[in-house]
Amino acid sequence: MNRRLLIALFLLAAAPLSLWYALSQGSVNIGAAELWRALLGHRDNATAYLVIHELRLPRVLSAFAVGGMLALSGALLQVLLRNPLADPYVLGVSGGAAVAVLLSMLAGLGAGWLQANAFVGALFSMFIVFGLSRAGAAWTQNRLLLTGVVVAAGWGAVISLILSVTPASQIHGMLFWLIGDLSTATQPVAGIIILLTGLAVAWWLARPLNLLMRGENIASILGENPARLRSVVYLLASLLTAMAVTLAGSIGFVGLVIPHILRLVGGSDHRFLLPTSVLLGGGFLTVADTLARSWAAPAQLPVGVLTALLGVPVFLFLLVRAR
Amino acid sequence: MLRTEQLTLRIADRTLCDRLEADFNAGENWVILGANGSGKTTLLHALAGLRQPEAGRVMLDHTPLRDMPSRRRALRLGVLFQDFESAFPATVIETVLTGRHPHLQRWQWESVEDYSVAEAALEATGLAGFAQRPLTTLSGGERRRVEIAALLAQNAPLCLLDEPTNHLDLHHQVRILELLAARAARPGHVNIFVLHDINLAARFGTHGILLFDHGECLHGPMSDVLTRPNLERLYHCRLREIHADGGRWYLPD
Repeated sequence: MNRRLLIALFLLAAAPLSLWYALSQGSVNIGAAELWRALLGHRDNATAYLVIHELRLPRVLSAFAVGGMLALSGALLQVLLRNPLADPYVLGVSGGAAVAVLLSMLAGLGAGWLQANAFVGALFSMFIVFGLSRAGAAWTQNRLLLTGVVVAAGWGAVISLILSVTPASQIHGMLFWLIGDLSTATQPVAGIIILLTGLAVAWWLARPLNLLMRGENIASILGENPARLRSVVYLLASLLTAMAVTLAGSIGFVGLVIPHILRLVGGSDHRFLLPTSVLLGGGFLTVADTLARSWAAPAQLPVGVLTALLGVPVFLFLLVRAR
Repeated sequence: MLRTEQLTLRIADRTLCDRLEADFNAGENWVILGANGSGKTTLLHALAGLRQPEAGRVMLDHTPLRDMPSRRRALRLGVLFQDFESAFPATVIETVLTGRHPHLQRWQWESVEDYSVAEAALEATGLAGFAQRPLTTLSGGERRRVEIAALLAQNAPLCLLDEPTNHLDLHHQVRILELLAARAARPGHVNIFVLHDINLAARFGTHGILLFDHGECLHGPMSDVLTRPNLERLYHCRLREIHADGGRWYLPD
Protein backbone atom coordinates (compact mmCIF):
# COMPACT_ATOMS: atom_id res chain seq x y z
CA MET A 1 0.00 0.00 0.00
CA ASN A 2 2.68 2.50 1.04
CA ARG A 3 4.92 1.43 -1.79
CA ARG A 4 2.13 2.13 -4.28
CA LEU A 5 1.52 5.54 -2.75
CA LEU A 6 5.22 6.32 -3.06
CA ILE A 7 5.28 5.26 -6.71
CA ALA A 8 2.16 7.31 -7.45
CA LEU A 9 3.59 10.40 -5.72
CA PHE A 10 6.89 9.96 -7.52
CA LEU A 11 5.13 9.81 -10.89
CA LEU A 12 2.94 12.75 -9.96
CA ALA A 13 6.12 14.78 -9.40
CA ALA A 14 7.95 13.35 -12.42
CA ALA A 15 5.18 14.19 -14.93
CA PRO A 16 5.56 18.01 -14.65
CA LEU A 17 9.35 17.57 -14.73
CA SER A 18 9.10 15.69 -18.03
CA LEU A 19 6.94 18.49 -19.45
CA TRP A 20 9.43 21.08 -18.23
CA TYR A 21 12.34 19.19 -19.76
CA ALA A 22 10.51 18.85 -23.08
CA LEU A 23 9.65 22.57 -23.15
CA SER A 24 13.24 23.59 -22.47
CA GLN A 25 14.71 21.57 -25.35
CA GLY A 26 14.85 22.72 -28.95
CA SER A 27 16.81 24.56 -31.60
CA VAL A 28 16.12 27.97 -29.97
CA ASN A 29 17.88 28.15 -26.62
CA ILE A 30 15.48 29.32 -23.91
CA GLY A 31 16.68 29.53 -20.30
CA ALA A 32 14.68 28.41 -17.29
CA ALA A 33 13.72 31.93 -16.19
CA GLU A 34 12.60 32.93 -19.69
CA LEU A 35 10.68 29.69 -20.11
CA TRP A 36 8.85 30.29 -16.83
CA ARG A 37 8.00 33.89 -17.77
CA ALA A 38 6.80 32.82 -21.22
CA LEU A 39 4.63 30.10 -19.69
CA LEU A 40 3.04 32.63 -17.34
CA GLY A 41 2.12 34.71 -20.37
CA HIS A 42 4.75 37.45 -20.30
CA ARG A 43 5.53 38.63 -23.80
CA ASP A 44 8.68 40.62 -22.97
CA ASN A 45 10.76 38.03 -24.89
CA ALA A 46 8.69 37.77 -28.05
CA THR A 47 10.71 34.91 -29.59
CA ALA A 48 10.57 32.82 -26.45
CA TYR A 49 6.83 33.46 -26.10
CA LEU A 50 6.16 32.48 -29.70
CA VAL A 51 8.37 29.38 -29.65
CA ILE A 52 6.85 28.13 -26.41
CA HIS A 53 3.19 28.87 -27.13
CA GLU A 54 3.06 28.21 -30.85
CA LEU A 55 5.52 25.35 -31.24
CA ARG A 56 6.61 23.53 -28.14
CA LEU A 57 3.59 23.65 -25.82
CA PRO A 58 1.10 22.13 -28.30
CA ARG A 59 3.52 19.38 -29.23
CA VAL A 60 4.58 18.60 -25.66
CA LEU A 61 1.00 18.49 -24.43
CA SER A 62 0.04 16.31 -27.40
CA ALA A 63 2.87 13.93 -26.57
CA PHE A 64 1.76 13.68 -22.95
CA ALA A 65 -1.89 13.17 -23.89
CA VAL A 66 -1.09 10.54 -26.51
CA GLY A 67 1.25 8.64 -24.17
CA GLY A 68 -1.35 8.73 -21.39
CA MET A 69 -4.16 7.60 -23.68
CA LEU A 70 -2.14 4.72 -25.12
CA ALA A 71 -1.02 3.44 -21.71
CA LEU A 72 -4.54 3.73 -20.27
CA SER A 73 -6.05 2.01 -23.29
CA GLY A 74 -3.46 -0.76 -23.07
CA ALA A 75 -4.14 -1.36 -19.38
CA LEU A 76 -7.91 -1.51 -20.05
CA LEU A 77 -7.63 -3.87 -23.01
CA GLN A 78 -5.30 -6.20 -21.12
CA VAL A 79 -7.85 -6.71 -18.35
CA LEU A 80 -10.80 -6.75 -20.79
CA LEU A 81 -9.24 -9.53 -22.88
CA ARG A 82 -7.53 -11.01 -19.83
CA ASN A 83 -4.49 -11.26 -22.02
CA PRO A 84 -1.21 -9.66 -20.95
CA LEU A 85 -0.13 -9.38 -24.60
CA ALA A 86 -2.98 -7.08 -25.60
CA ASP A 87 -2.05 -3.56 -26.73
CA PRO A 88 -4.17 -0.65 -27.99
CA TYR A 89 -3.78 -1.81 -31.59
CA VAL A 90 -4.58 -5.48 -31.14
CA LEU A 91 -8.25 -5.03 -32.03
CA GLY A 92 -7.66 -3.18 -35.29
CA VAL A 93 -8.56 0.38 -34.23
CA SER A 94 -5.26 1.77 -35.51
CA GLY A 95 -5.49 -0.27 -38.72
CA GLY A 96 -8.79 1.38 -39.61
CA ALA A 97 -7.27 4.79 -38.93
CA ALA A 98 -4.15 3.96 -40.93
CA VAL A 99 -6.09 2.89 -44.00
CA ALA A 100 -8.17 6.08 -43.87
CA VAL A 101 -5.07 8.24 -43.48
CA LEU A 102 -3.06 6.55 -46.23
CA LEU A 103 -5.99 6.82 -48.65
CA SER A 104 -6.30 10.52 -47.75
CA MET A 105 -2.56 11.02 -48.36
CA LEU A 106 -2.84 9.22 -51.66
CA ALA A 107 -5.70 11.53 -52.62
CA GLY A 108 -3.56 14.51 -51.62
CA LEU A 109 -5.82 15.80 -48.82
CA GLY A 110 -4.51 18.34 -46.29
CA ALA A 111 -3.43 17.71 -42.68
CA GLY A 112 -6.83 18.67 -41.24
CA TRP A 113 -8.53 16.04 -43.38
CA LEU A 114 -5.99 13.43 -42.38
CA GLN A 115 -6.85 13.78 -38.70
CA ALA A 116 -10.58 13.83 -39.27
CA ASN A 117 -10.37 10.75 -41.49
CA ALA A 118 -8.08 8.96 -39.04
CA PHE A 119 -10.69 9.39 -36.33
CA VAL A 120 -13.51 8.25 -38.58
CA GLY A 121 -11.47 5.23 -39.73
CA ALA A 122 -10.68 4.26 -36.14
CA LEU A 123 -14.33 4.52 -35.06
CA PHE A 124 -15.44 2.56 -38.12
CA SER A 125 -13.08 -0.30 -37.27
CA MET A 126 -14.17 -0.19 -33.63
CA PHE A 127 -17.86 -0.60 -34.51
CA ILE A 128 -17.17 -3.36 -37.02
CA VAL A 129 -15.28 -5.38 -34.42
CA PHE A 130 -17.83 -4.65 -31.69
CA GLY A 131 -20.76 -5.54 -33.92
CA LEU A 132 -19.25 -8.73 -35.31
CA SER A 133 -18.05 -10.00 -31.96
CA ARG A 134 -21.54 -9.60 -30.46
CA ALA A 135 -23.42 -11.09 -33.38
CA GLY A 136 -24.70 -14.61 -32.93
CA ALA A 137 -23.09 -16.64 -30.17
CA ALA A 138 -22.23 -15.52 -26.66
CA TRP A 139 -19.84 -12.61 -26.27
CA THR A 140 -16.58 -13.90 -24.89
CA GLN A 141 -13.24 -12.20 -24.64
CA ASN A 142 -11.71 -14.77 -26.99
CA ARG A 143 -14.32 -14.07 -29.62
CA LEU A 144 -13.63 -10.34 -29.33
CA LEU A 145 -9.89 -10.94 -29.49
CA LEU A 146 -10.17 -13.17 -32.56
CA THR A 147 -12.51 -10.78 -34.36
CA GLY A 148 -10.20 -7.86 -33.59
CA VAL A 149 -7.03 -9.67 -34.61
CA VAL A 150 -8.56 -10.83 -37.89
CA VAL A 151 -9.93 -7.37 -38.71
CA ALA A 152 -6.50 -5.90 -37.87
CA ALA A 153 -4.87 -8.40 -40.22
CA GLY A 154 -7.31 -7.32 -42.93
CA TRP A 155 -6.36 -3.67 -42.42
CA GLY A 156 -2.69 -4.70 -42.52
CA ALA A 157 -3.20 -6.23 -45.96
CA VAL A 158 -4.94 -3.09 -47.22
CA ILE A 159 -2.07 -0.96 -45.86
CA SER A 160 0.48 -3.10 -47.71
CA LEU A 161 -1.60 -2.83 -50.86
CA ILE A 162 -1.74 0.96 -50.62
CA LEU A 163 2.00 1.19 -49.95
CA SER A 164 2.78 -1.00 -52.95
CA VAL A 165 0.85 1.20 -55.38
CA THR A 166 1.97 4.55 -53.91
CA PRO A 167 4.57 6.65 -55.82
CA ALA A 168 7.96 6.61 -54.08
CA SER A 169 7.82 10.35 -53.31
CA GLN A 170 4.85 9.85 -50.97
CA ILE A 171 6.09 6.73 -49.20
CA HIS A 172 8.22 8.62 -46.65
CA GLY A 173 5.30 10.53 -45.16
CA MET A 174 3.22 7.37 -44.99
CA LEU A 175 5.95 5.43 -43.21
CA PHE A 176 6.37 8.21 -40.63
CA TRP A 177 2.66 8.09 -39.95
CA LEU A 178 2.69 4.31 -39.61
CA ILE A 179 5.67 4.31 -37.23
CA GLY A 180 4.11 7.10 -35.18
CA ASP A 181 5.13 10.72 -35.28
CA LEU A 182 4.10 13.79 -33.31
CA SER A 183 5.37 16.52 -35.66
CA THR A 184 1.87 17.20 -36.99
CA ALA A 185 0.24 17.15 -33.54
CA THR A 186 -0.61 20.80 -33.01
CA GLN A 187 -4.08 20.55 -31.42
CA PRO A 188 -3.73 18.89 -28.02
CA VAL A 189 -6.99 20.15 -26.47
CA ALA A 190 -9.30 17.36 -27.67
CA GLY A 191 -6.73 14.75 -26.66
CA ILE A 192 -6.37 16.18 -23.17
CA ILE A 193 -10.13 16.33 -22.69
CA ILE A 194 -10.57 12.72 -23.81
CA LEU A 195 -7.65 11.59 -21.66
CA LEU A 196 -9.02 13.22 -18.50
CA THR A 197 -12.60 12.09 -19.12
CA GLY A 198 -11.38 8.60 -19.96
CA LEU A 199 -9.28 8.42 -16.81
CA ALA A 200 -12.22 9.54 -14.68
CA VAL A 201 -14.51 6.88 -16.18
CA ALA A 202 -11.81 4.21 -15.95
CA TRP A 203 -11.10 5.04 -12.33
CA TRP A 204 -14.79 4.80 -11.55
CA LEU A 205 -14.63 1.24 -12.90
CA ALA A 206 -11.34 0.36 -11.19
CA ARG A 207 -12.67 -1.86 -8.41
CA PRO A 208 -15.06 -3.76 -10.72
CA LEU A 209 -12.07 -4.32 -13.01
CA ASN A 210 -10.20 -5.86 -10.09
CA LEU A 211 -13.09 -8.34 -9.81
CA LEU A 212 -12.99 -9.03 -13.54
CA MET A 213 -9.38 -10.22 -13.09
CA ARG A 214 -10.77 -13.08 -10.98
CA GLY A 215 -13.24 -14.00 -13.73
CA GLU A 216 -16.64 -12.93 -15.02
CA ASN A 217 -18.65 -15.22 -12.75
CA ILE A 218 -16.96 -13.82 -9.66
CA ALA A 219 -17.59 -10.25 -10.82
CA SER A 220 -21.22 -11.13 -11.38
CA ILE A 221 -21.65 -12.79 -7.99
CA LEU A 222 -20.04 -9.83 -6.23
CA GLY A 223 -22.67 -7.53 -7.70
CA GLU A 224 -21.29 -6.23 -11.00
CA ASN A 225 -22.68 -6.66 -14.51
CA PRO A 226 -19.79 -8.11 -16.55
CA ALA A 227 -21.52 -7.67 -19.92
CA ARG A 228 -22.07 -3.96 -19.37
CA LEU A 229 -18.61 -3.55 -17.88
CA ARG A 230 -17.02 -5.17 -20.94
CA SER A 231 -18.93 -2.96 -23.37
CA VAL A 232 -18.01 0.23 -21.51
CA VAL A 233 -14.35 -0.78 -21.22
CA TYR A 234 -14.18 -1.75 -24.89
CA LEU A 235 -15.72 1.52 -26.08
CA LEU A 236 -13.57 3.56 -23.72
CA ALA A 237 -10.30 1.86 -24.73
CA SER A 238 -11.17 2.13 -28.43
CA LEU A 239 -12.03 5.81 -28.13
CA LEU A 240 -8.74 6.53 -26.34
CA THR A 241 -6.82 4.64 -29.02
CA ALA A 242 -8.71 6.37 -31.82
CA MET A 243 -7.84 9.79 -30.40
CA ALA A 244 -4.19 8.85 -29.84
CA VAL A 245 -3.84 7.46 -33.35
CA THR A 246 -5.52 10.52 -34.79
CA LEU A 247 -2.99 12.81 -33.13
CA ALA A 248 0.17 10.82 -33.67
CA GLY A 249 -0.24 7.73 -35.84
CA SER A 250 0.38 4.29 -34.38
CA ILE A 251 3.13 4.76 -31.84
CA GLY A 252 4.02 1.29 -30.64
CA PHE A 253 5.21 -0.11 -27.36
CA VAL A 254 3.80 2.47 -24.89
CA GLY A 255 0.39 0.82 -24.57
CA LEU A 256 1.80 -2.67 -24.23
CA VAL A 257 4.62 -2.12 -21.82
CA ILE A 258 3.83 0.83 -19.54
CA PRO A 259 1.03 -1.08 -17.71
CA HIS A 260 3.31 -4.10 -17.34
CA ILE A 261 6.12 -2.04 -15.85
CA LEU A 262 3.67 -0.71 -13.28
CA ARG A 263 2.27 -4.17 -12.54
CA LEU A 264 5.82 -5.40 -11.95
CA VAL A 265 6.60 -2.68 -9.42
CA GLY A 266 3.18 -2.11 -7.84
CA GLY A 267 0.79 -4.98 -8.53
CA SER A 268 -2.47 -5.15 -10.45
CA ASP A 269 -4.92 -3.10 -8.37
CA HIS A 270 -6.55 -0.94 -11.04
CA ARG A 271 -7.10 1.95 -8.66
CA PHE A 272 -3.31 2.23 -8.67
CA LEU A 273 -2.59 0.94 -12.16
CA LEU A 274 -4.87 3.20 -14.24
CA PRO A 275 -3.81 6.65 -13.00
CA THR A 276 -0.13 5.72 -12.79
CA SER A 277 -0.29 4.34 -16.35
CA VAL A 278 -1.47 7.75 -17.53
CA LEU A 279 1.33 9.53 -15.66
CA LEU A 280 4.11 7.16 -16.71
CA GLY A 281 2.85 6.75 -20.29
CA GLY A 282 2.47 10.50 -20.72
CA GLY A 283 5.83 11.34 -19.17
CA PHE A 284 7.60 8.60 -21.10
CA LEU A 285 6.26 9.68 -24.48
CA THR A 286 6.97 13.34 -23.70
CA VAL A 287 10.64 12.56 -23.02
CA ALA A 288 10.90 10.16 -25.97
CA ASP A 289 9.44 12.76 -28.33
CA THR A 290 11.85 15.40 -27.05
CA LEU A 291 14.78 13.10 -27.76
CA ALA A 292 13.31 12.23 -31.16
CA ARG A 293 13.29 15.86 -32.23
CA SER A 294 16.61 16.90 -30.61
CA TRP A 295 18.97 13.92 -31.02
CA ALA A 296 19.49 14.13 -34.75
CA ALA A 297 18.43 17.78 -35.10
CA PRO A 298 17.64 19.37 -37.48
CA ALA A 299 16.43 15.98 -38.75
CA GLN A 300 13.51 14.52 -36.77
CA LEU A 301 13.20 10.85 -35.95
CA PRO A 302 9.74 9.28 -35.73
CA VAL A 303 9.02 8.93 -32.00
CA GLY A 304 7.65 5.41 -32.52
CA VAL A 305 11.19 4.21 -33.15
CA LEU A 306 12.52 5.80 -29.96
CA THR A 307 9.76 4.47 -27.69
CA ALA A 308 10.80 0.95 -28.58
CA LEU A 309 14.54 1.64 -28.48
CA LEU A 310 14.24 3.17 -25.00
CA GLY A 311 11.50 0.96 -23.65
CA VAL A 312 12.69 -2.50 -24.62
CA PRO A 313 15.87 -2.51 -22.48
CA VAL A 314 14.09 -0.94 -19.50
CA PHE A 315 11.33 -3.50 -19.63
CA LEU A 316 13.65 -6.47 -20.07
CA PHE A 317 15.74 -5.24 -17.13
CA LEU A 318 12.66 -5.06 -14.88
CA LEU A 319 11.43 -8.44 -16.07
CA VAL A 320 14.75 -10.14 -15.32
CA ARG A 321 14.97 -8.49 -11.91
CA ALA A 322 11.38 -9.31 -10.90
CA ARG A 323 11.06 -12.31 -8.66
CA MET B 1 -34.66 -18.71 2.57
CA LEU B 2 -33.86 -20.00 -0.93
CA ARG B 3 -36.62 -21.79 -2.83
CA THR B 4 -36.91 -23.37 -6.23
CA GLU B 5 -40.30 -23.33 -7.94
CA GLN B 6 -40.81 -25.81 -10.80
CA LEU B 7 -37.12 -25.37 -11.63
CA THR B 8 -36.27 -27.07 -14.91
CA LEU B 9 -32.76 -27.10 -16.40
CA ARG B 10 -31.78 -28.45 -19.79
CA ILE B 11 -28.54 -28.57 -21.74
CA ALA B 12 -29.13 -29.19 -25.44
CA ASP B 13 -31.94 -31.78 -25.35
CA ARG B 14 -30.87 -33.32 -22.05
CA THR B 15 -32.95 -32.55 -19.00
CA LEU B 16 -30.79 -32.13 -15.90
CA CYS B 17 -33.55 -31.52 -13.43
CA ASP B 18 -37.26 -31.47 -14.01
CA ARG B 19 -39.64 -29.24 -12.05
CA LEU B 20 -37.54 -29.27 -8.89
CA GLU B 21 -39.36 -27.93 -5.81
CA ALA B 22 -36.92 -27.53 -2.95
CA ASP B 23 -36.73 -25.33 0.14
CA PHE B 24 -33.37 -24.42 1.54
CA ASN B 25 -33.90 -23.22 5.08
CA ALA B 26 -31.63 -21.55 7.60
CA GLY B 27 -29.48 -23.93 9.61
CA GLU B 28 -29.25 -26.55 6.87
CA ASN B 29 -26.22 -27.90 5.02
CA TRP B 30 -27.30 -29.21 1.62
CA VAL B 31 -25.18 -31.45 -0.56
CA ILE B 32 -25.74 -31.94 -4.29
CA LEU B 33 -24.56 -35.37 -5.42
CA GLY B 34 -24.39 -36.87 -8.88
CA ALA B 35 -22.19 -38.54 -11.47
CA ASN B 36 -19.90 -36.53 -13.77
CA GLY B 37 -21.95 -34.46 -16.16
CA SER B 38 -25.18 -34.92 -14.22
CA GLY B 39 -25.60 -31.15 -13.90
CA LYS B 40 -24.43 -30.39 -10.36
CA THR B 41 -22.56 -27.24 -11.34
CA THR B 42 -25.35 -26.14 -13.69
CA LEU B 43 -27.86 -26.49 -10.85
CA LEU B 44 -25.57 -24.55 -8.52
CA HIS B 45 -25.19 -21.73 -11.06
CA ALA B 46 -28.96 -21.61 -11.54
CA LEU B 47 -29.43 -21.38 -7.76
CA ALA B 48 -26.95 -18.49 -7.74
CA GLY B 49 -28.82 -16.67 -10.51
CA LEU B 50 -25.94 -16.96 -12.99
CA ARG B 51 -27.94 -19.09 -15.38
CA GLN B 52 -31.51 -18.60 -16.51
CA PRO B 53 -33.53 -21.80 -15.98
CA GLU B 54 -35.45 -23.26 -18.93
CA ALA B 55 -38.57 -23.12 -16.79
CA GLY B 56 -39.49 -22.21 -13.24
CA ARG B 57 -37.65 -19.84 -10.98
CA VAL B 58 -35.48 -19.39 -7.93
CA MET B 59 -36.72 -17.29 -5.03
CA LEU B 60 -34.40 -15.65 -2.49
CA ASP B 61 -36.09 -14.16 0.59
CA HIS B 62 -39.46 -14.40 -1.25
CA THR B 63 -38.16 -12.30 -4.18
CA PRO B 64 -37.46 -13.83 -7.59
CA LEU B 65 -33.66 -13.97 -7.80
CA ARG B 66 -33.58 -12.45 -11.28
CA ASP B 67 -35.46 -9.35 -10.08
CA MET B 68 -33.16 -8.74 -7.14
CA PRO B 69 -30.68 -5.83 -7.52
CA SER B 70 -27.26 -7.40 -7.99
CA ARG B 71 -25.61 -5.65 -5.09
CA ARG B 72 -28.36 -6.66 -2.67
CA ARG B 73 -28.01 -10.22 -3.91
CA ALA B 74 -24.23 -10.04 -3.42
CA LEU B 75 -24.78 -9.17 0.24
CA ARG B 76 -26.99 -12.26 0.69
CA LEU B 77 -25.40 -14.87 -1.53
CA GLY B 78 -21.81 -15.95 -2.22
CA VAL B 79 -20.38 -18.62 -4.51
CA LEU B 80 -17.18 -20.65 -4.51
CA PHE B 81 -16.48 -21.63 -8.11
CA GLN B 82 -14.86 -24.83 -9.25
CA ASP B 83 -11.97 -23.17 -11.02
CA PHE B 84 -10.22 -19.83 -10.98
CA GLU B 85 -8.34 -17.54 -13.31
CA SER B 86 -5.12 -15.65 -12.84
CA ALA B 87 -3.76 -13.86 -15.87
CA PHE B 88 -2.26 -11.04 -13.83
CA PRO B 89 -0.22 -10.91 -10.64
CA ALA B 90 -2.12 -10.36 -7.40
CA THR B 91 -1.37 -10.93 -3.74
CA VAL B 92 -3.35 -13.12 -1.36
CA ILE B 93 -4.74 -10.19 0.64
CA GLU B 94 -5.84 -8.33 -2.52
CA THR B 95 -7.73 -11.38 -3.70
CA VAL B 96 -9.43 -11.92 -0.35
CA LEU B 97 -10.34 -8.22 -0.11
CA THR B 98 -12.29 -8.44 -3.39
CA GLY B 99 -14.87 -10.34 -1.31
CA ARG B 100 -15.58 -7.04 0.48
CA HIS B 101 -16.70 -5.41 -2.80
CA PRO B 102 -20.47 -5.48 -2.15
CA HIS B 103 -19.93 -3.93 1.29
CA LEU B 104 -18.14 -0.87 -0.15
CA GLN B 105 -19.52 2.22 -1.84
CA ARG B 106 -18.22 3.01 -5.31
CA TRP B 107 -15.45 5.43 -4.32
CA GLN B 108 -14.79 3.88 -0.93
CA TRP B 109 -11.50 2.15 -0.17
CA GLU B 110 -11.18 -0.82 2.14
CA SER B 111 -11.22 0.29 5.77
CA VAL B 112 -9.29 -1.12 8.71
CA GLU B 113 -12.38 -3.18 9.44
CA ASP B 114 -12.38 -4.71 5.94
CA TYR B 115 -8.74 -5.63 6.41
CA SER B 116 -9.47 -7.28 9.75
CA VAL B 117 -12.34 -9.27 8.18
CA ALA B 118 -9.98 -10.42 5.42
CA GLU B 119 -7.23 -11.30 7.88
CA ALA B 120 -9.69 -13.26 10.03
CA ALA B 121 -10.73 -15.20 6.90
CA LEU B 122 -7.09 -16.01 6.17
CA GLU B 123 -6.58 -17.10 9.77
CA ALA B 124 -9.67 -19.34 9.59
CA THR B 125 -8.49 -21.05 6.41
CA GLY B 126 -5.01 -21.66 7.80
CA LEU B 127 -3.36 -18.96 5.70
CA ALA B 128 -2.20 -16.58 8.43
CA GLY B 129 1.08 -15.04 7.30
CA PHE B 130 0.27 -15.52 3.61
CA ALA B 131 -1.26 -12.05 3.14
CA GLN B 132 1.51 -10.50 1.07
CA ARG B 133 2.38 -13.63 -0.94
CA PRO B 134 1.77 -13.47 -4.72
CA LEU B 135 -0.85 -16.02 -5.78
CA THR B 136 1.62 -17.55 -8.24
CA THR B 137 3.80 -18.80 -5.38
CA LEU B 138 0.99 -20.85 -3.79
CA SER B 139 0.25 -24.54 -4.19
CA GLY B 140 -3.09 -25.71 -5.62
CA GLY B 141 -4.52 -26.40 -2.17
CA GLU B 142 -3.37 -23.06 -0.78
CA ARG B 143 -4.81 -21.29 -3.82
CA ARG B 144 -8.12 -23.07 -3.19
CA ARG B 145 -8.14 -21.86 0.40
CA VAL B 146 -7.53 -18.28 -0.77
CA GLU B 147 -10.75 -18.53 -2.81
CA ILE B 148 -12.56 -19.89 0.26
CA ALA B 149 -11.15 -17.04 2.37
CA ALA B 150 -12.46 -14.53 -0.20
CA LEU B 151 -15.89 -16.14 0.10
CA LEU B 152 -15.71 -15.92 3.90
CA ALA B 153 -14.73 -12.24 3.63
CA GLN B 154 -17.86 -11.62 1.57
CA ASN B 155 -19.73 -12.78 4.68
CA ALA B 156 -22.90 -13.79 2.82
CA PRO B 157 -25.42 -15.83 4.84
CA LEU B 158 -26.12 -18.12 1.87
CA CYS B 159 -23.07 -19.87 0.43
CA LEU B 160 -23.03 -22.07 -2.66
CA LEU B 161 -19.83 -24.08 -2.89
CA ASP B 162 -18.74 -26.06 -5.93
CA GLU B 163 -16.42 -28.84 -4.76
CA PRO B 164 -14.79 -26.85 -1.95
CA THR B 165 -12.49 -29.78 -1.15
CA ASN B 166 -10.84 -29.77 -4.60
CA HIS B 167 -7.03 -29.81 -4.29
CA LEU B 168 -7.21 -30.03 -0.48
CA ASP B 169 -5.36 -32.68 1.50
CA LEU B 170 -7.31 -34.92 3.92
CA HIS B 171 -6.67 -32.75 6.94
CA HIS B 172 -7.80 -29.58 5.19
CA GLN B 173 -10.82 -31.27 3.58
CA VAL B 174 -12.20 -31.99 7.02
CA ARG B 175 -11.09 -28.70 8.59
CA ILE B 176 -12.56 -26.55 5.80
CA LEU B 177 -15.84 -28.47 5.73
CA GLU B 178 -16.10 -28.21 9.52
CA LEU B 179 -15.52 -24.48 9.27
CA LEU B 180 -18.07 -23.98 6.49
CA ALA B 181 -20.71 -26.33 7.90
CA ALA B 182 -20.47 -24.60 11.30
CA ARG B 183 -21.50 -21.33 9.62
CA ALA B 184 -24.95 -22.82 8.99
CA ALA B 185 -25.46 -22.85 12.77
CA ARG B 186 -25.41 -19.04 12.79
CA PRO B 187 -28.86 -17.48 12.61
CA GLY B 188 -30.16 -17.21 9.05
CA HIS B 189 -27.27 -19.06 7.40
CA VAL B 190 -27.44 -21.96 4.94
CA ASN B 191 -24.88 -23.77 2.74
CA ILE B 192 -25.31 -25.69 -0.48
CA PHE B 193 -22.33 -27.86 -1.41
CA VAL B 194 -21.44 -29.84 -4.47
CA LEU B 195 -19.36 -32.80 -3.27
CA HIS B 196 -17.96 -35.97 -4.79
CA ASP B 197 -17.13 -37.70 -1.54
CA ILE B 198 -20.21 -39.56 -0.25
CA ASN B 199 -18.70 -40.01 3.19
CA LEU B 200 -17.97 -36.31 3.63
CA ALA B 201 -21.50 -35.60 2.37
CA ALA B 202 -22.92 -37.97 4.98
CA ARG B 203 -20.79 -36.43 7.72
CA PHE B 204 -21.43 -32.75 7.05
CA GLY B 205 -24.71 -32.64 5.13
CA THR B 206 -28.12 -32.37 6.74
CA HIS B 207 -29.98 -32.57 3.41
CA GLY B 208 -29.16 -33.93 -0.02
CA ILE B 209 -30.12 -33.55 -3.67
CA LEU B 210 -29.35 -36.55 -5.87
CA LEU B 211 -29.24 -35.84 -9.60
CA PHE B 212 -30.03 -39.04 -11.52
CA ASP B 213 -30.08 -39.40 -15.29
CA HIS B 214 -33.01 -38.12 -17.34
CA GLY B 215 -33.83 -35.18 -15.08
CA GLU B 216 -34.99 -37.26 -12.17
CA CYS B 217 -33.87 -35.84 -8.88
CA LEU B 218 -34.42 -36.81 -5.32
CA HIS B 219 -34.11 -34.46 -2.39
CA GLY B 220 -34.74 -34.54 1.32
CA PRO B 221 -33.06 -35.10 4.67
CA MET B 222 -29.72 -36.83 4.24
CA SER B 223 -30.75 -39.93 6.19
CA ASP B 224 -33.64 -40.47 3.75
CA VAL B 225 -31.84 -39.96 0.46
CA LEU B 226 -28.39 -41.34 1.24
CA THR B 227 -29.06 -45.06 0.96
CA ARG B 228 -27.03 -47.73 -0.76
CA PRO B 229 -29.60 -48.46 -3.51
CA ASN B 230 -29.90 -44.74 -4.32
CA LEU B 231 -26.15 -44.28 -4.44
CA GLU B 232 -25.59 -47.36 -6.60
CA ARG B 233 -28.14 -46.04 -9.06
CA LEU B 234 -26.59 -42.56 -8.88
CA TYR B 235 -23.04 -43.61 -9.67
CA HIS B 236 -23.78 -46.73 -11.77
CA CYS B 237 -21.53 -48.90 -9.67
CA ARG B 238 -21.78 -51.32 -6.78
CA LEU B 239 -20.95 -50.02 -3.32
CA ARG B 240 -20.05 -51.62 -0.04
CA GLU B 241 -21.70 -50.28 3.06
CA ILE B 242 -19.58 -50.48 6.17
CA HIS B 243 -20.98 -49.90 9.63
CA ALA B 244 -18.40 -48.61 12.05
CA ASP B 245 -18.22 -46.17 14.95
CA GLY B 246 -22.00 -45.78 14.87
CA GLY B 247 -22.03 -44.51 11.26
CA ARG B 248 -22.34 -45.79 7.69
CA TRP B 249 -19.44 -45.62 5.26
CA TYR B 250 -19.54 -46.32 1.55
CA LEU B 251 -16.72 -47.71 -0.56
CA PRO B 252 -16.77 -48.64 -4.24
CA ASP B 253 -16.83 -52.40 -4.61
